[in-house]
Amino acid sequence: MNLFERYLNMGRSGVESIKSLGRATMLLANSTTWGGPGSAGFADLIKQIHSVGVRSLSIIIVAGFFVGMVLGLQGYTILSDFGSEAALGTMVSLTLLRELGPVMTALLFAGRAGSALTAEIGLMKATEQLSAMEMMGVDPLKRVITPRLWAGLIAMPVLALLFSTVGIWGGAFVAVDLLSIDEGAYWGNMQASVEFYEDVIKGLIKSVVFGLVVTWIAVYQGYDSIPTSEGIGKATTQTVVISSLAVLGLDFVLTAVMLGGV
Amino acid sequence: MSSEQPYISIRGMSFSRGERLIYDNMDVDFPRGKVTAIMGPSGTGKTTLLRLIGGQLLPDSGSVMVDGHSIPELPRKQLFDFRRKNMSMLFQTGALFTDLNVFDNVAFPLRVHTDLSESMIRDLVLMKLEAVGLRGAHQLNPAELSGGMARRVALARAIAMDPEIIMYDEPFTGLDPISMGMIVKLIRGLNQALGLTSLLVSHDIEESCNIADYLCVVSGGKVIGFGTPEELLNEGNDEVKQFLTGDPDGPVPFHYPAPDYRDELLGAGGSN
Repeated sequence: MNLFERYLNMGRSGVESIKSLGRATMLLANSTTWGGPGSAGFADLIKQIHSVGVRSLSIIIVAGFFVGMVLGLQGYTILSDFGSEAALGTMVSLTLLRELGPVMTALLFAGRAGSALTAEIGLMKATEQLSAMEMMGVDPLKRVITPRLWAGLIAMPVLALLFSTVGIWGGAFVAVDLLSIDEGAYWGNMQASVEFYEDVIKGLIKSVVFGLVVTWIAVYQGYDSIPTSEGIGKATTQTVVISSLAVLGLDFVLTAVMLGGV
Repeated sequence: MSSEQPYISIRGMSFSRGERLIYDNMDVDFPRGKVTAIMGPSGTGKTTLLRLIGGQLLPDSGSVMVDGHSIPELPRKQLFDFRRKNMSMLFQTGALFTDLNVFDNVAFPLRVHTDLSESMIRDLVLMKLEAVGLRGAHQLNPAELSGGMARRVALARAIAMDPEIIMYDEPFTGLDPISMGMIVKLIRGLNQALGLTSLLVSHDIEESCNIADYLCVVSGGKVIGFGTPEELLNEGNDEVKQFLTGDPDGPVPFHYPAPDYRDELLGAGGSN
């Protein structure tokens, strides 16, 4: 391959990425609002929240508990060097509420629910179900994409809160039951230092953004997939890879903006 | 052809996919209330033609008129309205919604588009299923149906909203003779009972000749023959006759264009 062809390919893939971004934006613009031909109803939203939210509960809860326990152990080793084990509750809760809760939940959500969304929509496309809807006068964007998008947006913050809550319990289990830190110190210091707006709400804002981005990437990858088994496999992988990177990148941006340090 | 206005009228339509020109300035009319079979070699874009008529694809140039409406120019909402009221399509795989059972699949367009009561919908669905002989299967899931049954359910769903036109995409592919016979009977029966305009994309010459009032043979981006099966068999040009009789060689060559055989075998080889 000569130099010219290399530049040509670079240009082509650049143009293709921008086109893809444009299609993704159009999809979002056309599917955020309810209403339109054959629009989905409230029941569809509930069904989707069940499928992306409720079915992710087990992985979120188990992961949250273990992450909290690890935080408890690691935090104890560091803090006890300074004689400040009593601050363990503060450390565990702030770490979870500000960072690990939203980020880990988004990563797990991308792997569990995002990939499933992509595969489901990709298969609906491959088996012509989306075309069939169009020919029935039902807009698949409104019928299929809108409820899934909103379900992800609603489920993610709830899951992130659950993750943090269970994580804090996990931390308490290690700290209080195994390492014999004073129970009153663990909970009391936590209560004194965690602020509702600064910590809880800002963490929730993150997880709302992650919910939108991960679900958007997932439904777009499914809707835009090449309708073959290979194409759907590739789209599913892309969902997990792109949304994980997007979550980590956005986490930095959001943290920088919300802490106001940059 | 009947004296009435054609139901679908295509004029000067061109359509290309990437670099490949699929339709080149094509003109064709499909008469109202008749079964017309669109035939032609694989890869000539017969299914694409159905999608152009349904407005899922837009032509590069030319017009596609369906019942007096210019499909490519309809705004999205009107296009969906038009499809809901007039059109239906039977997909090759049936395209049943896999998360709904047979009953709910047939009820889907009724529930979405009408305000009928649930008992009315039930009666309508059972009537449509009775028409395709599957009333007894209404509780099954799509995964439990054979290919032929799935296609019949899809047909019941396609007629649920009483369309004016049904487009069948390869309705005979991959069916056993009995299922095929059932589908043939249904297509013909629906056409007579409901006065539907039917378009049928198929490779199956024998079945198509049996069922269709008109044949439309497409090749190389153009219509190369349109008429009743007898007309085409007797008076069509050589390419049409080759297609209808299934000769392996003729105007459409058996060999893909290639350099001279002798040269390639005996010539200065080693380069490949």
